[in-house]
Parts: sequence; C-alpha cells; structure tokens
Amino acid sequence: MADLRNDFVGIKSPNPFWLASAPPTDKAYNVERAFKAGWGGVVWKTLGEEGPPVVNVNGPRYGAIWGADRRLLGLNNIELITDRDLYVNLREMKQVKMNWPDRALVASIMVPCEEESWKAILPLVEETGADGIELNFGCPHGMSERGMGAAVGQVPEYIEMVVRWCKQYTRMPVITKLTPNITDIRKPARAAKAGGTDAVSLINTINSIVSVDLDNFAPNPTVGGKGTHGGYCGPAVKPIALNMVAEIARDPETYGLPISGIGGITTWRDAAEFMALGAGNVQVCTAAMTYGFKIVQEMITGLSNWMDAKGHRTLDDIVARAVPNVTDWQYLNLNYIAKARIDQDACIKCGRCHIACEDTSHQAITQFVDGVRHFEVMEDECVGCNLCVNVCPVENCITMVGLEAGTLDQRTGKPVDPTYANWTTHPNNPMARQAAE
Amino acid sequence: MGTTQSGIHGGRLSPSDYERNFSDLHPRLDDHEALVAADRCYFCHDAPCMTACPTTIDIPMFIRQISTGNPIGSAKTIFDQNILGGMCARVCPTETLCEEACVRNTAEHRPVEIGRLQRYATDVAIAGNHQFYARAERTGKAVAVVGAGPAGLACAHRLAVMGHDVVILEAREKSGGLNEYGIATYKAVDDFAQREVDYVLSVGGIEVKHGVKLGRDFTLADLTANFDAVFLGMGLAGVNGLGVEGEHLPGVVDAVDFIARLRQAKDKAEVPVGRRVVVIGGGMTAIDAAVQAKLLGAEEVTICYRRGKEHMNASPFEQDLAASKGVMIRHWLQPKRVIARDGHVAGIEVEYTELVDGRLAGTGETGVLAADQIFKAIGQTFEASGLGALSITGGRIAVDAEGRTSVPGIWAGGDCVKAGEDLTVTSVAQGRDAAESIHRALAAAVQPAAAVA
Repeated sequence: MADLRNDFVGIKSPNPFWLASAPPTDKAYNVERAFKAGWGGVVWKTLGEEGPPVVNVNGPRYGAIWGADRRLLGLNNIELITDRDLYVNLREMKQVKMNWPDRALVASIMVPCEEESWKAILPLVEETGADGIELNFGCPHGMSERGMGAAVGQVPEYIEMVVRWCKQYTRMPVITKLTPNITDIRKPARAAKAGGTDAVSLINTINSIVSVDLDNFAPNPTVGGKGTHGGYCGPAVKPIALNMVAEIARDPETYGLPISGIGGITTWRDAAEFMALGAGNVQVCTAAMTYGFKIVQEMITGLSNWMDAKGHRTLDDIVARAVPNVTDWQYLNLNYIAKARIDQDACIKCGRCHIACEDTSHQAITQFVDGVRHFEVMEDECVGCNLCVNVCPVENCITMVGLEAGTLDQRTGKPVDPTYANWTTHPNNPMARQAAE
Repeated sequence: MGTTQSGIHGGRLSPSDYERNFSDLHPRLDDHEALVAADRCYFCHDAPCMTACPTTIDIPMFIRQISTGNPIGSAKTIFDQNILGGMCARVCPTETLCEEACVRNTAEHRPVEIGRLQRYATDVAIAGNHQFYARAERTGKAVAVVGAGPAGLACAHRLAVMGHDVVILEAREKSGGLNEYGIATYKAVDDFAQREVDYVLSVGGIEVKHGVKLGRDFTLADLTANFDAVFLGMGLAGVNGLGVEGEHLPGVVDAVDFIARLRQAKDKAEVPVGRRVVVIGGGMTAIDAAVQAKLLGAEEVTICYRRGKEHMNASPFEQDLAASKGVMIRHWLQPKRVIARDGHVAGIEVEYTELVDGRLAGTGETGVLAADQIFKAIGQTFEASGLGALSITGGRIAVDAEGRTSVPGIWAGGDCVKAGEDLTVTSVAQGRDAAESIHRALAAAVQPAAAVA
C-alpha cells in the first residue's frame, strides 16, 4: 500500500487532500463532516479583522458553466470572506483542532495591508492551535476593492512586505496564496519567497463573468438586476493552474519552494498531475461543492492504487517528477515526428476526426475509401497535430504514434532524423546561433 | 363483462383500464429528458442517421438545436425535410432506420433516442402553432392531389409553399390516410393526426374535398383537363384474403378495419373483441391488431405467422411490444380452415409449415386453435381502378425517380407506387419529391415568356 501521509512545511496530514479556504470550511459543522469523510486537512475560510464582520449579498452568489448532461465545468462566485464573527471562528477552530489532532488545520487570513492589523490577528490565530496560516492575496472580487485580497497579490512589493510581517509576528508556517489575475505568476512567487514565506498556494479564483442573463441583459449571477465579476474555479481552470504551478516549480529563483496546488482538482488523477508538476499537496473546493465531501474517498483510493501500480511508495516519489520535462517551446525537438493512427476496431464512424481535419486543419483524414465510409489518416498529409485525438468521442481510438528514427516521413519524403534539434539552431530562425567556425 | 366471457363483446374492461391501455405509448420527453437525450448526440459528420432517414432530416442539427434550447429551430430543421415529422416521430420504425444507424450502437448498443427527440421538437412547435412557411407569390397554377394521406399532404404542402394552388380529393371523411385510420391508437393519441393535418393545411392554398373517390366521383381525365398537374397519392384499399374455407363467417375480420374502427371510436368500450383472438399475418398490421385486441380485454391473443421470426415484417421492437402485452406469437403455422359453430367462428385449423428447397410447404401436421374472432392481416393490395392508360408494375403505379408516371402531367407517390418501403416516412419523401418535380415542370412551362422579357 502506498504511503499517502503528507508533510507540507512541517504540517502533517494523513493524506495530501486538503479543503481549500472557501464555503466548505466556513464553520465547525462543515469541517467536522469533512474530517469524518476523510479529508486530510482544511484551510479555514478566510478570517477578517476583529469587529463587525463583512456582509455577503443575499441574492445568488454563484454562476456556472456546464458540459454534457449538465456536468458542472466551471463555477464562479461573488462571496466574500467569512461573514461570521472572528471570535466565533477562532473558538470553533480551536475545538475542531482538539477533536482532530491528526488533521491539518490552517487559517486563511485577510486583514488590511497595515502592520498593526496583522500583528493583532496573528496571536489570536496562533492561540487556536492552528497548524499554519495562509495569506489570502487572491480574492478577486469585493475585498480587492477595499485594498485587500488580489489588490495585495497583484503588487509584489506588498506581498513581500506582508509576508515579512507575518514571519516576524508568528511562529506558524506561512503559506502565501497567489492570485492568477496577473501576467507573470513568477513575480508574486518570488516576492513571497523574498519575504520569507514557507510556501505558496495557487491558484486563487480567476476574474470572470460566467454568463449573461439574456432576458434582463445582466451578468450572472444577477443581484437585483446588476452583476459583477466573480472568481472562477472548477475543472475549467485546471490547465491555467497547472501551468502556473509549473512556472513557479521550474523558475530558478523559486525552485524548491513548497507549493500547495489548487485549481479545479476533481479526481485523484488531477491531484497526481498537480503533484507531478511540483505541488507538495493539493487543495480542493469546487469538486466538494459539486458532489459533497465523499469524493475524497475516490481521491485517496485512486491515488493509492495508481501509486501501487506504478511502484511509487511515498508522495516524495511523485512530487515534482514532471518538472524537468516542462521546458520552453524553443527547446522542443523539431525532429520528433508523430502521426495519428485510427484503431478501426474502436472507430464508431462518427466522422468528427475527418470534418475537424478537413474543415479546420490539414485535410489528412479520409471520409471514403473505395466508396465506403471509412476514416483513415493519410500519413503524407498528417502533421501530427493531435486535433483528431481530441475531438474523437471514443477514448484511445485515435492515438499519436512517434515515428522511429530512420523511417520515412511520407509528408516530407525524408527519413526521421535521429538527432535532437530545436528552434534555437533551426536555419529558419534569424536568431539561430551559428556554431563557431 | 370481463375478459373470459366467450364471444365477441365490447365493454370487457373498466373505463380506467381502457384509459390506461390506450394512452400514449411513449409520452413526449419533458424538457430535462430531452436535454439529457440530446447530449448523447455526437453531431456526426455526414451522419449515418441522416442517410438512413428516407426524408433525409438533418438529425445532428435538429438535436443540437434541442440541446441549445432552440426547439423551434429544431422543429423547422425537421419540417424542412418532412412536414409530417410529428407523426413520423411517433410511427417510424426508428430501430430499423435512423436509430439503427446511430454510431452510439457501435460502442454502447444504445442509440440516441432520435424518434423521441423529434417528437419533442415537433410537439413544441405544433403546440405553439409556430408557422415556418409563407407561401411564395401565387403562380396561378393549380394542382390536383388525390388522397389526403402522408404522400398527398406532403406533396400539397410543398406545392402550396411554392405558390401553387392545390385541391386535395379524399375518398374518406377525414384527412390523414393511414395516419388517421391505420395507426395503432396508442401511437397517435389526442387526435394528433387531425391536429397535424390542420397544422399542415394552415399554410394556406390547399382545399380539401372529402368523400370523393377516383373512378366513382371523378375521373383522371377530369383532373388532367382542369388542373395543370396531378399527383396520385392513394393508399392500398384492398385486403388479401386467406383463401380458406370459412373465411366469410361472422367473426372473421380485416385487421385494417378493426384498427380503423378502434381509432375512430370515441369510447373504446364500444369496440367488440373476442375472448380468444387469432391474428393471421406477420407485419405491423398484425401486431397492431393483436396488441389492441389484447388491450381491449381479449383473454388470449395469438398471432400465427406462416414463416419464422426472422421473416416477419414487424420489427423486433414491435414483436417485443406484442410479447410484453401478452400476445403469443407462433411461427411456421398457416391457416387451413375456419371452424364454425352455430354459424359463428369457433376456431381455426392451422398447419405447420417448413421451407423445402426455399419454398414454403405444409408439413401435413395440423392442429386447432380455439377462437371467437379472427383477424386477417396478410397484406393489402392496390386497387387500380380508374387509372386509364397509366402503366402499372407489380400491381402498383409505375413511376420514375421523381415520381413521374407514364403519363405526362401525372405524378404519383405513397403506397400506390412500387418504390421503397410502405412506410409513412417513405410516402412523405415521395410526395415531397414529386412536388419538387411538379414545380420544376410547371416552371419550365412558363420559362419561355420570362426569357423573352
């Protein structure tokens, strides 16, 4: 049996699946249920400073997009940080941590960008016995208008400053949560590291308008005839999150900085992918909000069985294993040649590969062969683009097959070159470096 | 009364049983069900379902329109190819047409529910009385259509849209043809056939005269003299006989008459049915008669077919339906003699059959099935009267690919021609295509004047 125990910046949990700071972790009732279901840890929904709590809208807070069979693909929300009194939250956190000493309990915090505010709240959190804190520099709506959340996360200097205060005023590990609503995720990560953060977590939600109510001409969710941009999450954001995690994992300046991966993680496979790209653990929200807490059991058994099948014993065996294989486009091997192959036994003859290739790509898939409806790749036209694989409704029906070195590429009429050659040295590249004479 | 009273009687069941037995076989999908079903369509390119449809409805497009919340657009996609798409959605043997061709069968053995989705979209449009077609400027041409069945209605509608004036001459009291008189009651509830006729005719430019019959009330020459073109869309008026002793005894009935009477009966309790019913035949008519006899309260219903299961014209779906209603289907049995008692049917002697060198032959082994009522459902024939010089082939009117008969100016389609299967959807395709052919011919006739101008 694979060992799924997780040690993230000294915070221990029985598995790497944490619930992200969000509605599922807003109070003891939910968190107790989550721990009973098997979640390894939670990041408690973001605490604000002492005093009258923030208020939420009383109309709809969520909008969504769906795939086939109304499967939720993307969720957007305009909810703010916890709207409960700070001391109620602190009391409940302390009790829950006492009830579940083996689980991770991290406090998410968002207070004004002033040293006194952070200095005031940190001892209160520390007193609960929480295992660490996560700085909410990501929330893109509402709080950012008040100079908090993403308003901090979008200014690297502020990030560094606040992280520095936190490291100064608490012994707890500090996880800095990053907003994706910036152009280069490496900059805030570097700033957090410079401030002394123990880890970063990402991504927070993405600025979004999820849909428009065409009867009332207002964005969804519509509150009294008006809407606003919200934070986008769920399976649809996973590719954006994966890239940002990988960018930080392979940046020489932040290399090795622990990362808690967040963004559309729905299955064990999603989690394994984040971890392969450098995440030490993962945080989940939308999947739980869609299906309930029970999904963690699928995640635990799925990850465990996959690790057993592949001979990975601990999480350390998989974390960051894919990072060395993430590179810049210019270093991809231009001599690698692949062709699509259609498994005729699996093909159901829907014709989608043909029309996608014919209308929008390289005219490399037949529709008829000898007058019979038959879909087959014409290797002399196929550039190996993979579009047909992605539009085919049958899994593994179309696959990309790499040509062995020396075999003839029918498209170019040349044998496959066994040597590695990339754009940096390609003759068409005006910037190609010439070898010294 | 109950189901065990011997003889032929109505009122065997309680009113609620009749109500339940003759309600919609497949109720319309609701909005959610339609979305779920539509989600399964892959939007195939050059889709096999579309090729399999005799009217070539763009099925992937109409299903995509349902899935995007556009059932009205979906209905128009259907009606563009098949103005009787509502009835076809109810009666088409989809399991041997579009749904058999669905690529989902290859991977999952479960096709997209194309027929039910088509019903969903067309019902939405008809219920809302959405009209998609405006008549073109009137051409001044008049076309006579004989028969207000699927072929005639499809032809008339297309002609009217193109600006021609149409007169339909129908022998029966109501329009619809087999849709009105020949479809099992539970497939077309709530007077759908008449509602669909009204919807089709509402395009305008079509006058329907009922109770007038070719050869009795008017001649083909009358039509060619008074109209610019003629379309013949008659059905099959004749019924094959059993050719055995006792065939004319009281209690031996044509299945088509039974089906028609049941369709027209306001109160199903008024339709008498035997305690023990034997249906002779192996097609859709045999199934429809047998199932409905059972639903009327017959205790025992047996279909006797003289060949094997695999030879039956009734689709596997229809055979399963019959079995599920308690109808016994027996194969390799042919009628030998109807047995009488007190001047009424009491049973039927049947003989086992076998194939000998590819030919059907009796084995000599016989048996008797008790029966109060016997339905004949061994095929219908075209009664070619009043057709003058029209060429006949295989007992039906000969036509070319466009529906042109051997006489210029006269087209034909539907069951009265020998082409394609005897299905509603085939008739619609033939009526529609004949209308296009008529339109081209009429347009060609006026072209010289236009060219000079």
